[in-house]
Amino acid sequence: MMRARILIRPKEGILDPQGKAIERALPALGFEDVSGVRVGRLVELEAADTDRLADLCEKLLANPLIEDYEIEAADSEAGSGRRRSGDR
Amino acid sequence: MAEARLVWHEEVDLEGIEVVVVPGGFSYGDYLRAGAIARFAPAMEAVARHAEAGGLVLGICNGFQVLCEAGLLPGALLPNESLHFVCRQVELLVESSESPFTSAADPGQRLSIPVKHGSGRYFAPPEQLDALEARGQVMLRYAPGENPNGSVNDIAGIVSEGGNVMGLMPHPEHAVDPLTGSEDGLAIFRSLAARARAPVTA
Repeated sequence: MMRARILIRPKEGILDPQGKAIERALPALGFEDVSGVRVGRLVELEAADTDRLADLCEKLLANPLIEDYEIEAADSEAGSGRRRSGDR
Repeated sequence: MAEARLVWHEEVDLEGIEVVVVPGGFSYGDYLRAGAIARFAPAMEAVARHAEAGGLVLGICNGFQVLCEAGLLPGALLPNESLHFVCRQVELLVESSESPFTSAADPGQRLSIPVKHGSGRYFAPPEQLDALEARGQVMLRYAPGENPNGSVNDIAGIVSEGGNVMGLMPHPEHAVDPLTGSEDGLAIFRSLAARARAPVTA
């Protein structure tokens, strides 16, 4: 089984009110110089056949009309050298 | 008068049904995207076959979202521009009475019908939108100043290219009695009932 990470984001040019709401809240926290906030989704999964993931994205995980997606192979849990924050 | 029957989501046979209404609600919790998972319900395959054969399909609110996700209608419904769930009466303008869904209304007629949704912002990419407008597929628009969700071109309801599938975000079924403020939604159901009673010509 391969572990994969799928990033889904609103297509460029599509208004993202969630990103805007976050952006508007930032100055109150002292982050005056943050802009261009866009909010997407991250789906992590394990698949035996990663070749079929694009099909899965097109059919369900993303709506290609309004969203772009990227599929990346995630390292195995133990071998992950990525810096993590928060949980674990 | 036409007779209504409920179709369970696992049913795959729509024999004898002339008009399918995919109602509102929050199917599968609207997880992922509104309507994204419901489109895989077994009954939706039957609805797609019904539509392909020229049968009438009306999607209301979540039903509209499901029909877009299923590709039976062009475009998509995005979260409201305001991010607020809107639940109020809105004024609509009938764009065309040239459809089995709006034949009992007059072009330019104002209808007062409630909306109740969080993801009702109709969107279609520019080329698709132009084609939609050029072919006269927009049946209902929010009246000037009434757009509750940021829908492009104030679009509230559209039909498919073939004209036999319609989706709209407002709830005509909640505007059928003066007791609840308006009976303007009857225009849609009267149109469909007239069609269902008409002799089959095919």
